[in-house]
Amino acid sequence: MKLFNGGHIAFKDIPLLAEKDFRGEVLLRCHDGARLANFFGSPVAGGSVRLIAILAFDEESELQILSAKIPEESPRYKSLTKELLQAHLFEREIAEQWAILPEGHPWLKPIRYHANYRGVPDLWKNIAQQTIPGSYPFYAVGGEEVHEVGVGPVHAGIIEPGHFRFQCHGEEVIHLETQLGYQHRGIEPMMCGKDLKRGVLLSESIAGDTSIGHSTAFCEVVESLAGCKVPIKAQAIRAVALELERLANHVGDLGALGMDAGFLPTSAYFGRMRGDYLNLLLELTGNRFGKGLCRPGGVLFDMDVAMAEDFRRKLGRYKKEFEDVSDLLFTRSSVLARFEGIGTVPLKTAKNLGLVGPVARASQLEHDVRIDYSSGIWQFHHVPISLAATGDVYARALVRRQEVMRSLEFLLKLLSSLPKGQIFTPSGSLKTETLAVSLVEGWRGEIMHVGITDSQGALAQYKIKDPSFHNWFALTLAMRNQEISDFPVCNKSFNLSYCGHDL
Amino acid sequence: MLKILMTRFKQGCRTLSFPKGKPPVLPARYRGRPIIAAQEDSVDLGEITFIPDSGIRHSNDFRMAVSQREDLILKSDVSALAFTLNEKITKMFGRSLKLRQVSAGGCNACESDINVLNTPVFDLSRFGIQFVASPRHADGIVVTGPITRNMREALLKTYEAVPDPKIVVAIGACAITGGIFAASPESSKGLDSIIPVDLYIPGCPPHPLTILDGFLKLMGRIIAPRKFG
Repeated sequence: MKLFNGGHIAFKDIPLLAEKDFRGEVLLRCHDGARLANFFGSPVAGGSVRLIAILAFDEESELQILSAKIPEESPRYKSLTKELLQAHLFEREIAEQWAILPEGHPWLKPIRYHANYRGVPDLWKNIAQQTIPGSYPFYAVGGEEVHEVGVGPVHAGIIEPGHFRFQCHGEEVIHLETQLGYQHRGIEPMMCGKDLKRGVLLSESIAGDTSIGHSTAFCEVVESLAGCKVPIKAQAIRAVALELERLANHVGDLGALGMDAGFLPTSAYFGRMRGDYLNLLLELTGNRFGKGLCRPGGVLFDMDVAMAEDFRRKLGRYKKEFEDVSDLLFTRSSVLARFEGIGTVPLKTAKNLGLVGPVARASQLEHDVRIDYSSGIWQFHHVPISLAATGDVYARALVRRQEVMRSLEFLLKLLSSLPKGQIFTPSGSLKTETLAVSLVEGWRGEIMHVGITDSQGALAQYKIKDPSFHNWFALTLAMRNQEISDFPVCNKSFNLSYCGHDL
Repeated sequence: MLKILMTRFKQGCRTLSFPKGKPPVLPARYRGRPIIAAQEDSVDLGEITFIPDSGIRHSNDFRMAVSQREDLILKSDVSALAFTLNEKITKMFGRSLKLRQVSAGGCNACESDINVLNTPVFDLSRFGIQFVASPRHADGIVVTGPITRNMREALLKTYEAVPDPKIVVAIGACAITGGIFAASPESSKGLDSIIPVDLYIPGCPPHPLTILDGFLKLMGRIIAPRKFG
């Protein structure tokens, strides 16, 4: 069954296959080039669970949805991971949330450390009772000269918590394992119910640095379920905010990369310049991260001609400044020596893992939701894709630089021709027993939200996929055979969300 | 090298003069300290998340840090929030304050706006405030996030690792009351239900100036309308 971005389907119309056929179809399509964009469990009345898979056909701009029923008396199915690496983390999540065993999964470990939602015994003993530091079965490498280095959850800088366990031989990293779950706040269950206001506020805080990305995705799901048409001006303002968010974070990342290479001038300048974009968001929405802008039906803050012109002038100045400072960073051979050839993710790995966002584009994987699943204002204003060939830290920095330039050009053009009209259409009640999906190109990559309503039109289940969910494993592979002292620069080049993963 | 010097010259000095001179004015849509009308109920700054559609009116005043939890509960309109100066703290840490940041489940907005204090516009180190890599080097901890169940032990261990005398700062609605996650079983009801807190900085996230103002008040570098305690 095919869906487009922002589309919806009655739950009863989702194809329900036998497990064997479901498995066959997913593997066949993905080996043919589709991406496993989402794979999760959905509770069905009576205690059983349905597995739902959403496959993405980027070139056709289409999503395919299919499901399989897992009976209550036999909560298990044959794992897809060995044949389809993209399924790895999804299957661990299903195992944790629904206590359904993926038979034959090569790396079955918890990811967020909470009790399952069915109320049956968890697959791991005491998962919600033990505190995670230290009680996780890390993959260990044997040998007299091998040592383990543990970092986190409290890290040296001002950063979210997560634990990294390195198996090292001297300076060389043989294996890195990332253990997350420290920020698990239980957002998905909290999204359920009739209170959409609470839902949008939660969506803004899934990952505070991706407030606009996630709240836009939430609003689009609700708007799809309510059949609400958002005015074009509101869509334009959402796009302005999304791009300002992208600019702030990419500029901040380039600053942080410079700092980790020991090149302080650009880290100071970019650090300040990031504030320029956040201050534009502050002027537009009253909050530096854009919290309070997006609501189902439109946006709460308007942008008149004077403000648009003011932003245009400022962004023109910021563009010149960015060109100057990034030139300084990218022509410094001592900095490039720290970036080139480090943490390489080859294209084949990127495809196998189903990576998304600038990380994927730095490995030449061509996927950007604004192009592949363009909706709203993106249908009229295009942003060319930013790609790089080498898949190393340098490539990820280069992609960010390109995306900053392209976002600035996009904004300068959009702000000179901002649509007129309303900024809000009140949305009515939601369709009953319907599933809706939305995709947004957040600055880290593809965000997907899925909302399923019950027979009263309230949200019965809400599934959030942050782009980091796909990309965390890439950091693990990128660090293999690298020097441990390159870890900070490698980690910063990915800059993944801990809280977006942990929910 | 020449390019570096040229860029440095072009960039100039961007550091704010705050706290000297008049306080900076934030954009019109910024939501600062709430304005309470005479007949209205009280507003708990530690609970609200400063959204535009809450029914609460906000002023442009970014100075909202307090040292006592009850001073966050505004019952009537005030021109500034009361700050109880702790003479012991200002004597000990008034000139040099080393802090360790612990993110106990924050969404990264508070963390980012704390990080930005190290950049040239705010330049925290000119006040003698520095974020250090280990709790053993620190005078206190700065906590963000609703203290999730999974971070509780790490937070307590970090707190215990800071040598006495130590201070504790709670930044953001999540750290003060659990914020919008308060209803979740995974979150706590606020930092002061776990360890004693010396400075509360409300917001979601608080503007960097709100955080800076709070630190400077704690160190006695800004004299606010005060009670003695």
